[in-house]
Amino acid sequence: MQRFILRKKNQIAAISAVLIVAGFVSALALGQEQIGMWALVVASLLGIAPIAIQAYQALRVKVVSIDVLVTIAVSGAIIIRNFEESAIVTFLFLFGGYLEQRTLNKTRSAIKELTEMAPESALRQTEEGQFEEVDIEDVDVGDTLLVRTGAKVPVDGTVLVGEGHINEASITGEAIPVSKEVGSKVFAGTILDNGTLQIVADRVGEDTTFGRIIELVEEAQDSKSEAERFIDRFSKYYTPAVLVLSALVWLISRNIELAITILVLGCPGALVIGVPVSNVAGIGNGARHGVLLKGSEVIHDFSRVDTIVFDKTGTLTIGNPKVADTRFYNEDQKSISSYIASVESESDHPLAQAIVEYFSDVSTLPVSDTDVIKGGGIVATVEEKRIVVGNAALMEAQKIALEGEIAADIAHFEKAGNSLVIAAVDGVAVALFGIRDQIRAGVKDDLQRLKRLGVKSLVVLSGDNQGTVDLVASELGLSEAHGNMLPEDKAAFIKELQSQGHIVAFVGDGVNDSPSLALSEVGIAMGGGTDVAIETSDVVLMNSDFSRLPHALGLTKATAFNMKQNIFIAVGVVLFLLLSLFLSDWMNMTIGMLVHEGSILVVILNGMRLLRYRLRKLT
Amino acid sequence: MAKATIQLEGLACPSCLQKIEGATKAVNGVDKESVKVLFNSSKVKLDFDDSVVSIGEIEAAITKVGYEVTKSQVRA
Repeated sequence: MQRFILRKKNQIAAISAVLIVAGFVSALALGQEQIGMWALVVASLLGIAPIAIQAYQALRVKVVSIDVLVTIAVSGAIIIRNFEESAIVTFLFLFGGYLEQRTLNKTRSAIKELTEMAPESALRQTEEGQFEEVDIEDVDVGDTLLVRTGAKVPVDGTVLVGEGHINEASITGEAIPVSKEVGSKVFAGTILDNGTLQIVADRVGEDTTFGRIIELVEEAQDSKSEAERFIDRFSKYYTPAVLVLSALVWLISRNIELAITILVLGCPGALVIGVPVSNVAGIGNGARHGVLLKGSEVIHDFSRVDTIVFDKTGTLTIGNPKVADTRFYNEDQKSISSYIASVESESDHPLAQAIVEYFSDVSTLPVSDTDVIKGGGIVATVEEKRIVVGNAALMEAQKIALEGEIAADIAHFEKAGNSLVIAAVDGVAVALFGIRDQIRAGVKDDLQRLKRLGVKSLVVLSGDNQGTVDLVASELGLSEAHGNMLPEDKAAFIKELQSQGHIVAFVGDGVNDSPSLALSEVGIAMGGGTDVAIETSDVVLMNSDFSRLPHALGLTKATAFNMKQNIFIAVGVVLFLLLSLFLSDWMNMTIGMLVHEGSILVVILNGMRLLRYRLRKLT
Repeated sequence: MAKATIQLEGLACPSCLQKIEGATKAVNGVDKESVKVLFNSSKVKLDFDDSVVSIGEIEAAITKVGYEVTKSQVRA
């Protein structure tokens, strides 16, 4: 019975409204006072029913909720035979609840969209080898599943049979289809554009990358910052306090009207809902734009960041070094190229791979006696000749002279910001390569936007040489640049900044820079949808898109400001109501409830504005 | 200890949180410290001892304070 009444809250509100209007019309227009009064009485009793039930349930679990206050207030109104107030107040409360529900759902819609992208069923192989449709929750690790063209991949898995192209936009944001074949990994939530695949399930449900992103977003929505936790504790004591205050006022003044009005006005509804609403809208907006903000505290910190520290390789640069310049010191370029290409293809160092790519149409020769020297390069034998390819330090160790023209070129290349690779055949230097890692497109503009959003200093730290770092810094307009830094040096640098009172955000590679990511107030990993990036960062750029960074910063600032606005509105309204109650005549229960519900709606609607936030085009 | 994720119909009022928290914490067998009510996604996450109480009883406690349970998931 109770549940029935609670479910019909909206209908009760509607009937109440009709009764109230009928009551006023018959009393005022038709002169039928008695009927008018009874209409209002019925409306009051109908309206109070669900509210009283909720109040009772709350008291049973020892919670003094707003329903309790309203029930007492309305009962008081009925006792003093003020049926207009009792009817209207219950109606407003119910109607207000209905509006709140609708607007809140709208605010949460962005994140709902994300959860709705989750696959709901899968085609699982039975013992007979057929495929049957099962609920996504029944899929276990190790099951064989069939994915048809156009279908969503249901779990994280590996391809057993077949090939095709998958659109991984939901995880990486890249709309270009990725080709998959036997042995490739596929992700839940991505769409198979063409082809047919049989996959084995590696991770299911909440453990899939997609599942974890959703879980993170949901937890982020409800994570509370210091301010919110304070408000929560405040409201737990505040509501009973209003009850006590009202009782005191009644005892002292014997004015029931006054006492029950206090009950209605004192409720902190707008305050408690104001901050979470901004939070949800802000995070929802972020999720729609490929930025995952891991909670209210992160929003708060990021909005106050004054220094951003960047890792160079893979963050500011593409992480794909290319040969920029070459010098040959021997006429037989063809043979030398061949030797170098052959030897370098034995190494998986990025610089070696850059050279191999440069010589991609040069034929390679068999290589023997390969010796890889860490931090130096590689030594091997090709066609009976001893080939050494590596940095200057390796050349010195191998007693290979770098003089005259070669030395001058080396200095020149370094100044130009290149990483150097020198090649020598049988003890004589024959070639020099200047290798550069290209800066990501658009980074310069993004950094300018960050500055305009209020970031005071932009710093780059790198393991590469100072020349390269300086060049990057001047090209991008960075405030500081430090090269030759090992991961622990970077972490120490950040510690130093923090001890000077700066709030630091670190943008880097999820794998190598975990100490720095952990230390800084806001860690941002450019690993896209990889596990490490998701785990370690406070702000996840879902597709490693650097250009999302200014949007993320602008969004957090807007969200933090929005929260402050809501708190201001909520507190202001309560103060206004209480003051006008004591200092003026026209405040009564009805108007009080109207203003109260109004303030809650205003706060929710204000939060909803964040959903439409977009970084303005800053020229 | 079993982990439960209970999906509710949309929560709209801030005091709902406290009521649901109070109701679930009062159920014998529920790990009080683990109760998390997610206001915005309208979910309740908690740990409970499945030898002492069943998920059905926990759901009933929540429905009793006036909130519909749409579905629940239990992981042992």
